[in-house]
Amino acid sequence: MDSLQINGRAVGLPTDPRVSLLDLVREHAGMHGTKKGCDQGACGACTVLVDGERVLSCLTLACQARGREVTTIEGLAADGALHPLQATFVACDGFQCGYCTPGQICSAVGMLRELKRGVPSHVTADLAHDPALTPEELRERMSGNLCRCGAYNGIAEAIMEYAK
Amino acid sequence: MNPFTYVQAHDTADAVRHGGAAGAKYLGGGTNLVDLMRETIERPETVVDVTGLSTEIAELPDGGLRIGAAARNTAVAEHRAIRERYPLVARAILAGASPQIRNMATVGGNLLQRTRCAYFYDGAAHCNKRVPGSGCDAIGGRNRYHAILGTSGSCVASHPSDLCVALAALDATVHTDRRTIAFTALHRQPGERPDLETTLEPGELIVAVELPAFAMRSTYRKVRDRASYAFALVSVAAALAVDGGRIADVRIALGGVGTVPWRARKAEAALRGQPATHAVFRAAADAELADATPLAHNAFKRELARRTIAAVLGELAS
Repeated sequence: MDSLQINGRAVGLPTDPRVSLLDLVREHAGMHGTKKGCDQGACGACTVLVDGERVLSCLTLACQARGREVTTIEGLAADGALHPLQATFVACDGFQCGYCTPGQICSAVGMLRELKRGVPSHVTADLAHDPALTPEELRERMSGNLCRCGAYNGIAEAIMEYAK
Repeated sequence: MNPFTYVQAHDTADAVRHGGAAGAKYLGGGTNLVDLMRETIERPETVVDVTGLSTEIAELPDGGLRIGAAARNTAVAEHRAIRERYPLVARAILAGASPQIRNMATVGGNLLQRTRCAYFYDGAAHCNKRVPGSGCDAIGGRNRYHAILGTSGSCVASHPSDLCVALAALDATVHTDRRTIAFTALHRQPGERPDLETTLEPGELIVAVELPAFAMRSTYRKVRDRASYAFALVSVAAALAVDGGRIADVRIALGGVGTVPWRARKAEAALRGQPATHAVFRAAADAELADATPLAHNAFKRELARRTIAAVLGELAS
């Protein structure tokens, strides 16, 4: 099984193990929604879901995702229709230039799954109880996604609106 | 990134067979190693992926927990037993990096992550850790983030891990493919050889971390330049047991200030049997920090560490 699934499509593993998952998605599979920001794990623009968990594709070697299911921003929207979270990003002005947006949206989808599972965060006061999505929890949990336009208020509003 | 051969290890024996070869490196989540390889600071010839090894978090008969080295940071922090019995471990993990990185990073990899000293990363700078004998540009340079404890004339780089600070306080043990090591004996202070960071032998593989049975109240507090997703200026992992107003037992370890995860044994000795008062907490912090050797830009860490130690002990005593 020398392949992985990207948005339901089988993609062969690279022969050179230096290829990152990010470069496999963009340059080998030709899906350009996932963005390369810092390429060193500091900005979150390259966030994708691997088996449903949000990870940084720039620091993942493609060969480490062998046999796994990768979902990028292209895979969230079914049949050309906007994913509901994409729609609230549009409605709430959750971006300016849009470069960080695919990573923000993939990250938010993974973040809401973590919350549903009861994963605590740095701002969770009581570790014994599963946290709810307060504005403080949302901002802490999205801190791995930078937006240099500073559209954070719109981003937070869009995620909160979708999570309702 | 230099070319390398990638091997996915099926079990510990398989991993060690490949990892024992010259030029081999074990790969966990890749959040540190892949970055260092891209900068050609790390140039392994063989990369042995050990993320397929044990991720199990198992209860031990004596009340402790054994965590497989391939367990992801998120999996440890969300585990019920960790949250209930070892809140300092859960809080240390949750204070580190970003959620995406915590989903990738493994416990074994976290123990072996390398410093974030900017001169270590900068190929044009002198760094005894990167190129032994080349000098240290941090000592006379921008050293606000650097260590004040355990430093040497060769290196002042601070250890970056949050989890390691909690494990140092806990007296955790590290299980490798060949032996058991006390957690506090895993990391080496730089001395004359800052390139040698641990006591592991070549090819030795961390397979699990064991937490001893633990009943003290505990927490982890991290002070940093921004509220989230930043390395520590100072952090404190502490546990405290107070009986009749006196300190029956205490554990303290510091992050951000040491060249290794810094177990504060002098502070602990100054606290045992004493009344649990703020004055005693401050005096204990002073005892630990008396040995600090600040640089031009990080003298603030001494006072910040004093205050943070006292505040955390005060919180645990209340």
